[in-house]
Amino acid sequence: MSESVPGTPPEVFAPVEAPVSPPQALEEVEFVQLLTPEGERVEHPDYSFDLDDEAIKGFYRDMVLVRRIDSEATALQRQGELGLWASLLGQEAAQIGSGRALNDKDMVFPTYREHGVAWCQGVDPLRLLGLFRGVDQGGWDPKDNNFHLYTIVIGAQTLHATGYAMGQQRDHAIGDAENGEATIAYFGDGASSQGDVNEAFIWSSVFNAPVVFFCQNNQWAISEPIDRQTRIPLYQRAAGFGFPGVRVDGNDVLATYAVTQQAMKRAREGSGPTLIEAYTYRMGAHTTSDDPTKYRLNEDLEHWKLKDPIERVHAYLTRHAAVDHEFFDQIEAEADKIAAELRAGCLALPDPVLTDFFQNVYVEETPQLAEQRDQYAAYAASFEGEG
Amino acid sequence: MTKITLGKAINAGLRAAMEKDPKVVVMGEDIGKLGGVFRVTEGLQKDFGEDRVIDTPLAESGIIGTAVGLALRGYRPVCEIQFDGFVFPAYDQIISQVAKMHYRSAGRIKMPVVIRIPYGGGIGAVEHHSESPETLFAHVPGLKVVSCGDPVDAYWMIQQAILSDDPVVFFEPKRRYHEKAELDESVPPVQPLHQAKVVREGTDATLFCYGPMVKTCLQAAEAAAEDGRNLEVVDLRTIAPLDLATIFASVKKTRRALVVHEAPLSLGTGAEIAARVTEECFYHLEAPVLRVTGYDTPYPPSRMEDDYLPDLDRVLDGVDRVMEY
Repeated sequence: MSESVPGTPPEVFAPVEAPVSPPQALEEVEFVQLLTPEGERVEHPDYSFDLDDEAIKGFYRDMVLVRRIDSEATALQRQGELGLWASLLGQEAAQIGSGRALNDKDMVFPTYREHGVAWCQGVDPLRLLGLFRGVDQGGWDPKDNNFHLYTIVIGAQTLHATGYAMGQQRDHAIGDAENGEATIAYFGDGASSQGDVNEAFIWSSVFNAPVVFFCQNNQWAISEPIDRQTRIPLYQRAAGFGFPGVRVDGNDVLATYAVTQQAMKRAREGSGPTLIEAYTYRMGAHTTSDDPTKYRLNEDLEHWKLKDPIERVHAYLTRHAAVDHEFFDQIEAEADKIAAELRAGCLALPDPVLTDFFQNVYVEETPQLAEQRDQYAAYAASFEGEG
Repeated sequence: MTKITLGKAINAGLRAAMEKDPKVVVMGEDIGKLGGVFRVTEGLQKDFGEDRVIDTPLAESGIIGTAVGLALRGYRPVCEIQFDGFVFPAYDQIISQVAKMHYRSAGRIKMPVVIRIPYGGGIGAVEHHSESPETLFAHVPGLKVVSCGDPVDAYWMIQQAILSDDPVVFFEPKRRYHEKAELDESVPPVQPLHQAKVVREGTDATLFCYGPMVKTCLQAAEAAAEDGRNLEVVDLRTIAPLDLATIFASVKKTRRALVVHEAPLSLGTGAEIAARVTEECFYHLEAPVLRVTGYDTPYPPSRMEDDYLPDLDRVLDGVDRVMEY
């Protein structure tokens, strides 16, 4: 008869230690960089920035304005005018660099944080606020600016982008690197863990769809660090799916422009998908609902502030393009004006009425829904005239 | 006029829709060279090419998610989910994206996507191959849910579903794929997609059914007739939205109603019909609305399915109960 001996469990039941990759210091990360944090241009064997200083001035303006739109929206949330806001602070270069690399006919599938890409596509910033204020669920027509609605469910839009790109393929809209069409899907490092994103990689690869996957690795999926999503650099995953992956300094607007432009050309000419990992940092909270001081170190933020995407362009323009104060002052004035308009526009957004939201559930309305709408309207009308 | 099976009727319907509109694309697993595991898409890839009859990777969310993108581009995708129980990896894309896109966009975007699902039991299959999840879709605002009960309906309803600018989940009664009927393709349907059909007139009670249960209920009505009971049989055809006008008219005529479906009892189509009929026809009723359905269990092993599924005897037992009041 064997005795039950309390003691150490057998080795196979030893507690499993979660593998923790050493955190990658920015200096150790290999990526495409064309403008250093100090504002110096550098060469890269595969990528170059071909535009002139006027274009860089334009990028600077874009970045300053979207940062201001973003900070104004954050302020509006803090004052109770928005229910929520997802800040892009720190990701301006990734969004403006990639956004400005798109052609008129390219199509964009964003998450809910792509305010900078929306800006590049010409979407009125006020339209972005409706979703967060709770007056609509996307106040723009995706066809007007080739900018799809914000997608909240993480990663779902990567499949939509892939399907859309398959449509471009079927419409014979590809085959020409300059005049062809392609699609770009934005997502974050957290989304890279989603099944839909991995399915989108498979689909785009086996169908050779003209889609670029632009992952803004901002290091955090709400409170979960990148180590909780992957054990290898995200861009390396592309190789497993059979298409190229490239990591770019996501705080370098010249590099994100150059890398995105090349990937989009590749897609338009019919050479298939590319995964771009823009290595960046979310300097604010995930949304206004969370408190990043609970899960990350202040020194990390301070470290990344030194890599600020706007400051480095400012330094470059000052030192090498002889841009004077007046230029910067003008942009600041323009930012003030846009922010004031955004604030006034936000406060003036009309509250919708519920009867509006019985519309558009279906193209062909159901009798049941029509009945419910009428019942609600009668019920609401019964209060009319009451104090 | 030729006799055609329900499966071939859907094939012919798909073919007709694809011929009429080059934007119709069919997509799913094994639908190309194999013609689908039930051969419903047989021959389509040969005639329309791989760009319009798309053999997809084996990932259901991908099938529906890319269909969303194709629809945004102006295509009309018809997705095949191989079996009922395999639809759930795609459920998020269906209910969060396909169903809501028109609403979210304030009507700017249409989602003319058809999701074909062979469903229901009775074919001796292994688990996850015999489920009836229609209510899970019917409960989602933005989706329309239909099921065909005979080959003629199958032929026309699949075309009507493809023409619909709303997303349609199209449930095909897999155990009826081999049922035959005369089909005259030159006679357009009387019924729009979202209208129920009285398939047998009667006076004593109404059997409400759809999909695989239509045949069972018609057989039950024949058997009941031998006992002198004159049963009406209504093929609902549409589950979301329910054709309440036809339902109420029938109940007001017969004053007794029995809902028959394979799906589990609780919170199902039968429950909705019972509630609606109670609200609208209370003073016409001689008996409460009763239900003969599957049970509130997962679909059982196939050796037990004859006991699980509503059959002639269980339907007739339900008729006895509804007539007793």
